[in-house]
Amino acid sequence: MLRFLLNRITQIIVLLVIVSVIGFFILNLIPGGPLAQYALDPGMTQADIERLKEQLGLNRPLYVQYLDWAWRLVQGDWGQSFRDGTSVLSVIGRHLFATLLLMGSSTVIAVAVGSWVGIRGATHRYSTFDHVATIAAMVALSIPTFWFGLVGIYIFSLQLGWLPAGNMYTVGDESVGDYLLHLIMPSVVLALVHIAIWSRYMRTATLDVINQDFVKTARAKGVSERRILMKHVVGNALLPMITLAGMQLPSLLTGALVTETVFTWPGMGRLFLDSISYGDYPVVMGLLMFSAILVIFGNLIADIAVAIVDPRIRLS
Amino acid sequence: MVGSVEPETPGPVALSVRDLQVALPAGMDRLHAVDDVSFDLPRGKILCIIGESGSGKSVSANAIMGLLPRALRIVSGRIVLNGEDITDLGPDRLRALRGRVVSMIFQDPLSALNPLMTVGEQIEEVMAAHDVGSPRSRAEKALSLLDEVGLPDPEVMFHQYPFRLSGGQRQRVMIAMALALEPAILIADEPTTALDVTTQAQILALIREIQQRKGMSVMFITHDFGVVAEIADEVVVMEKGRIVERGLADKVLHAPDHPYTKQLIAAVPKLRSGDRDSNEAATGGAQLLQVEGLMKTYRSARGLFQPPRIVTAVNDISFELAPGRTLGVVGESGSGKSSLGRVLIKLLDNDGGRILFEGRDIAGLSEREFKPLRTKIQMIFQDPFASLNPRATIGYSLTVGPVAHGMEQDEARRQAMALLEHVGLDPGAYDRYPHEFSGGQRQRVGIARALMFKPKLLIADEAVSALDVSIQAQILQLLEEIQRETGVAMIFITHDLRVASQICDEIAVMQKGRVVEYGAPSQIFMSPRSDYTRELVAAIPGRDAGPDAKTTTEPQAGMNR
Repeated sequence: MLRFLLNRITQIIVLLVIVSVIGFFILNLIPGGPLAQYALDPGMTQADIERLKEQLGLNRPLYVQYLDWAWRLVQGDWGQSFRDGTSVLSVIGRHLFATLLLMGSSTVIAVAVGSWVGIRGATHRYSTFDHVATIAAMVALSIPTFWFGLVGIYIFSLQLGWLPAGNMYTVGDESVGDYLLHLIMPSVVLALVHIAIWSRYMRTATLDVINQDFVKTARAKGVSERRILMKHVVGNALLPMITLAGMQLPSLLTGALVTETVFTWPGMGRLFLDSISYGDYPVVMGLLMFSAILVIFGNLIADIAVAIVDPRIRLS
Repeated sequence: MVGSVEPETPGPVALSVRDLQVALPAGMDRLHAVDDVSFDLPRGKILCIIGESGSGKSVSANAIMGLLPRALRIVSGRIVLNGEDITDLGPDRLRALRGRVVSMIFQDPLSALNPLMTVGEQIEEVMAAHDVGSPRSRAEKALSLLDEVGLPDPEVMFHQYPFRLSGGQRQRVMIAMALALEPAILIADEPTTALDVTTQAQILALIREIQQRKGMSVMFITHDFGVVAEIADEVVVMEKGRIVERGLADKVLHAPDHPYTKQLIAAVPKLRSGDRDSNEAATGGAQLLQVEGLMKTYRSARGLFQPPRIVTAVNDISFELAPGRTLGVVGESGSGKSSLGRVLIKLLDNDGGRILFEGRDIAGLSEREFKPLRTKIQMIFQDPFASLNPRATIGYSLTVGPVAHGMEQDEARRQAMALLEHVGLDPGAYDRYPHEFSGGQRQRVGIARALMFKPKLLIADEAVSALDVSIQAQILQLLEEIQRETGVAMIFITHDLRVASQICDEIAVMQKGRVVEYGAPSQIFMSPRSDYTRELVAAIPGRDAGPDAKTTTEPQAGMNR
């Protein structure tokens, strides 16, 4: 186990260095840069801009800037936002809660509904239910999320007036009920795509298991159909799903750009978009490193979880 | 509901099947999987149901267990289990019988156990499913069962996961599970087919011993008359869904009435005491293949900071092979025999030693240097279903290789048609697809494919193992004829010593990567020198069986370790 972790940590460090180098240099290829917004500002002289550059360290060679940034990062200093001078970590922290709330609830919906649809599709293969589920999944995957979002807003906010059209809370209210009300539409819309993906994978995984010999053995033992399904079939079918869940974990925290924009949800996705258009390099780099770490840890956690569940991996 | 099943006085018949008819889905080659089948399993006896693939023997067993796939349904007939007519029982009543009154064990022990549950949990599950005992008493019972089926260290075994166990051990666990509630009837569906021959002998002895001790009634399904000779009291022979012959084991084995039974028994490969007539095509002198000190090791990398695990699959093997001769390589699973074949055809690189083919060392040749020689060494694979591309016509599969090596398309086509005819297929097969052919026919295609190159050396890896015995005999005959005509040398890799004795001039017995004995079949089988060979020969099922030999049906004491 220790060796396994050592191997993985080495891989992680190498990967993070590669991601950060590529990210940093590509970011600096974008024309304009963080000070471009001042170029047309009549109140700023060229000398002012030069002084600002000097202050922010942007006049140094690129590799010096990178090494400086990386060295600070290793020491735990993620830098300050160009926009308001607050630390990058606190900027990320502010948006993390909103994203966690949205992604968490939509994931719960997606896993629960997707698993049920997938398992039922497999046990009732080629039934009407299975066919309808297949077509619905294809439709959900083909239509872009923002369309569902806009249609949802049109029906439930504009026509029926049941749900708010955007934001995470009503200013001045901010009760739990208010949060929930705001949460319903974005989380369901976001879940639609994930239900589609998850149910397809779950169906395939269940079909793989359902005809295995050990399921027949359980039947021959006189085990009830319910227990056969829950213990023998689903237990084994979930193994490949853990890896899938690990791959989806990063998107859980880095947010959903489109959905957050449609519903003006103050999450990580929108922060990323805003920071890029603002040329806020420290925040963009911070988000990049944050999501890279999440991708890596998502996979690591999935591998460890599979090892815990599957004795063949745990014990060999 | 539970408990009302067993009659006051169990009758002399444990299981009775009457006029059973099971329909196949429309569009199959026949209407019924099982047609008008009637038989009785006498209490305390072992009834063997024997037949080739598609004979309906497994369908009969699954019908009794109520485990038929949805596509198959019982049209008519009656099944009486331990005095109770179960033909029209609802699923809940049937479930209450399964595992308690009738248990079943399956062919492939590697996939028959849930990989995520410990051995102990899976045995306890039978008892829990029928609400028998408390968690504590179930655990105790499971431990005693593990001991009863001869597994070492029941306490340790209880907490093991199936992947840690060998095939034989897993089959013992299956048997322990089947015995948990002391069922009156055990249905065993080819329980030893997937096992090595020595393990098979142990499992057969175990089933026999438990059956006698508990007075259990066993319905034993097999395709192997050798197994029948070892274990059966009574025999039912099935062909294409119908029973063609039935009777006491001795009678059916030694004086079969029905032509199909006779044909099946005749097709069973027997150990030949004599050696093969020396082949006329064999040219004296020059050896085609000389292998010296061949090594093959597998390394499984385990990570940056760990030493790799090294397994020596082929360990210092040397032999020579002349044109027109056949070398048999026999051994159990994991003996390295398949690795040897793959190294010889350079599908795997070797890690030492020399392979002299026509006097030239091919071991170190690069893929490009070896390419012109590749046509001279051809392979016939085990699984005729997996080794042909299902989306390519037979003709394409036959000609794609030669054309790639520079043969004209028309010439390749002409030769392929001729070869198809030669291996006993209609030349019209050229434009058809693999799924239109049976296993035996596909193996003929596989042989034709190998022959397209006019090879000097054929390597047949378990080439007849997946086939029914009657088909097996035909394919062996075909290989024999081809060898006589073309003078091709053959390396015949098999786990079946009987088959090897039929076709080989010399035999190498492999164990754990080494050749433990090498010699003519007569010497290997009649006076084996190494202990391992002796053990292998002794384990051959029904080796004394046959129309003119005595059968042994007594359980073999001491085999049950």
